[in-house]
Amino acid sequence: MRIWDVASGVAFRTLKNVATTPAILIPSIMFPLFFFTAFAGGLSQVSRVPGFDYEPGYTTFQFCFVLIQSAAFGGVFTGFGIARDFESGFARRLLLASPNRTGIVLGYALAAAVRWVFTAIVLTVVALAVGMNVFGGPLDVFGMYALALLINLAGILWASGVAMRFRTMQAGPVMQMPVFLILFVAPVYVPLPLLTGWIEGVATLNPLTYVLEAGRSMLAGDEVHVAWAFSIALGLVGGFALWSLRGLRRAEAAG
Amino acid sequence: MRLVASQVGALALRSVTRTARQPASAIPPILFPVSLMLVNAAGLDASTRLPGFPTDSFLAFALAVPFIQGALFSTMNAGTDLARDIQNGFLNRLALTSMRGSALLAGQLGGIVVLGLVQAVVYLVVGLAAGVDFASGPLGVLVLLAFAALVSIGFGALGCFLALRTGSGEAIQGLFPFLFVFLFLSSMNAPRDLIGVDWFRFVATINPVSYLIECVRSLIIVGWDVQAIALGFGFAGAIGLVSLALAAGALKERLART
Repeated sequence: MRIWDVASGVAFRTLKNVATTPAILIPSIMFPLFFFTAFAGGLSQVSRVPGFDYEPGYTTFQFCFVLIQSAAFGGVFTGFGIARDFESGFARRLLLASPNRTGIVLGYALAAAVRWVFTAIVLTVVALAVGMNVFGGPLDVFGMYALALLINLAGILWASGVAMRFRTMQAGPVMQMPVFLILFVAPVYVPLPLLTGWIEGVATLNPLTYVLEAGRSMLAGDEVHVAWAFSIALGLVGGFALWSLRGLRRAEAAG
Repeated sequence: MRLVASQVGALALRSVTRTARQPASAIPPILFPVSLMLVNAAGLDASTRLPGFPTDSFLAFALAVPFIQGALFSTMNAGTDLARDIQNGFLNRLALTSMRGSALLAGQLGGIVVLGLVQAVVYLVVGLAAGVDFASGPLGVLVLLAFAALVSIGFGALGCFLALRTGSGEAIQGLFPFLFVFLFLSSMNAPRDLIGVDWFRFVATINPVSYLIECVRSLIIVGWDVQAIALGFGFAGAIGLVSLALAAGALKERLART
């Protein structure tokens, strides 16, 4: 019961902050839309490259990437808020007042999820409006959003672990850059078989490649790597949950 | 005249020193565009197989983008630095001296041009090291550096204008995504004639950033494309003139308020 009280309080405050601060709210919605517009609009001819084989079309191909990206960055953006709470001294007061401190991490994660769901709705509406094709059934579509939600959870747990260790906004690049790099060394623009050179090897080893391919395959109604992708996503959530909770202990020890 | 020159020199030196002392300001404008270019070039290499694509190396095609992306960072740096001067009262103290407004702007922009040229040299070295052939030769490199300086002045002046209008570093940072829209909605990832979506091609055609990118791109992959170069310099000059006029007006207003 105590853990839920703390989590709901932290989540409510975080969401209220986001909703009432346009400088925080707008970029987290606009950035995915920019990426979607630039990739799906500016690169649509890439689908004519010989060997490009994705039946629903390039808009759908890019939608899945941007959705996963928005999920990961939704978590990271919430992590910036945690760092700000430490800088302002609020997080220390929160640590003192909370009967169950694990609820703090849970609350931030809950806020990140709600925040991302809002972004995902906007992104989906825009994508459907500009002609995204969905060939997968309801279960496929649900599976793709569930996968993205797990990535969102992994993103906030990673970012909160960093924020609680550094306890400063200057740690922003440490939260952001690894996520950015791991996303962009996946098959962002073309399917894995069309990648050549160093990126082919890196993308093959990159776990997010399989998450992305599974998401795209579910939208196409032709599932591949789904069990593998969920295992990877759950593994990331488990690993980063430990990272985050150990970060919380460090923050407690720092006083 | 000599007095103004010494004021410009002192403020430019201060601007350069301040940037050099803040790795968080100096390093991302160099590293981020380069890493994005390398990743994009690898991921989009397959698009060089499209009929009509102007080169068989996507890296050569993409090398133009960091020059303009770096210039956008110049906007942020110039704006944030000047906003900090406003917030901490430095501008107010300067207003009590004999310093001329033009010297303040020129000094601030001098620092940005130095950073812009350092960035341009780094991008060139990375491109050459990665095997990009520079179609316009050594003279083209000089033209490219001159263009980089002009673009830095234009975007730097825009940053100064925004800082003088808002007086807030946070507001400048908040405007960053909106400046990036111009980059995203341009011909950064595909030649305009190969953009398949009509509305996107139209937006890219009326977006001046497309012409800035295409000027640099032509020097790298085509050679001496007079039209692309003239359009690039023309738009860069126009952005510079408009931004400088806006910044000068905003400075006059800001100094009158102090």
